Amino acid sequence: MPLDPSFIGRTYPPTAPYEVGREKIREFAEAIGDTNPVYTDAEAAKAFGHPDVIAPPTFPFLLTYRAADQVVNDPELGLDFSRVVHGDQRFSYVRPVRAGDRLTVTCTIDSIKSLAGNDVLSVRGDVRDESGEQVVTAEMMLVARAAEEG
Amino acid sequence: MTANIDYDRIEVGAELPAQTFPVTRAILVRYAGASGDFNPIHWNEAFARSVGLPDVIGHGMFTMAEAIRVVTDWVGDPGAVVEYGVRFTKPVVVPNDAVGAEIEVSATVAAKLEDRRVRIDLVAVSAGQKVLGRSRAVVQLA
Repeated sequence: MPLDPSFIGRTYPPTAPYEVGREKIREFAEAIGDTNPVYTDAEAAKAFGHPDVIAPPTFPFLLTYRAADQVVNDPELGLDFSRVVHGDQRFSYVRPVRAGDRLTVTCTIDSIKSLAGNDVLSVRGDVRDESGEQVVTAEMMLVARAAEEG
Repeated sequence: MTANIDYDRIEVGAELPAQTFPVTRAILVRYAGASGDFNPIHWNEAFARSVGLPDVIGHGMFTMAEAIRVVTDWVGDPGAVVEYGVRFTKPVVVPNDAVGAEIEVSATVAAKLEDRRVRIDLVAVSAGQKVLGRSRAVVQLA
């Protein structure tokens, strides 16, 4: 059964604050093999005008992916997560995430479509810092493949 | 100090230095740990095959993280990336050997935008197939 389009526009409560640690950024940068010193050396980051080390551009997904669990596991929405694939991902940055940030994510269902029997769900995660300022917006498209017949 | 690249000296069509990134099982395990994405399709062959995949596949977000390095290495400051989006078109299949797979990334300046920004179009290929589609970044230059 296709997902109910009346869920478009639904916003979920903000997540508990996630504190971005210097060592977590280092661990992530090492995992992607990226040796750019702005991820590990505060002086290198300051040379580019950042107050502290910054996180790689895809780092915010750690938070927004977890936050989207609220949507994915919403029993009223009824998404079959076993059939879900990550279709696309987009970030719009106001500023980079940096060490010491305490970030919350607010998820909103931007769209629900049915394409060739597949459910296509777009979820936006607005990432804000402690002062409520927007840091990054992450948009994720999830595709729930149609159930096979029989 | 801002980005290392001067907007005025950049032409549409200019190519950024291409790079090739390795993907082995060990790298995937490490990425799983750092990112918190423990989906077994990224480390368990039997599980991956049981859901119809040819073998273990890399995390799409790992490919996305590697691809933007062509841009961030070029511009110096990763904070200069204003927008970044990709479509996951094909999986990166990672065999269980010392070699694993490779992701080859090339990038071109596609457009000069207002406010000294440029749009970069990225192409990521693994085993001869495009693994990212509509892969684009907007970057703030100096």
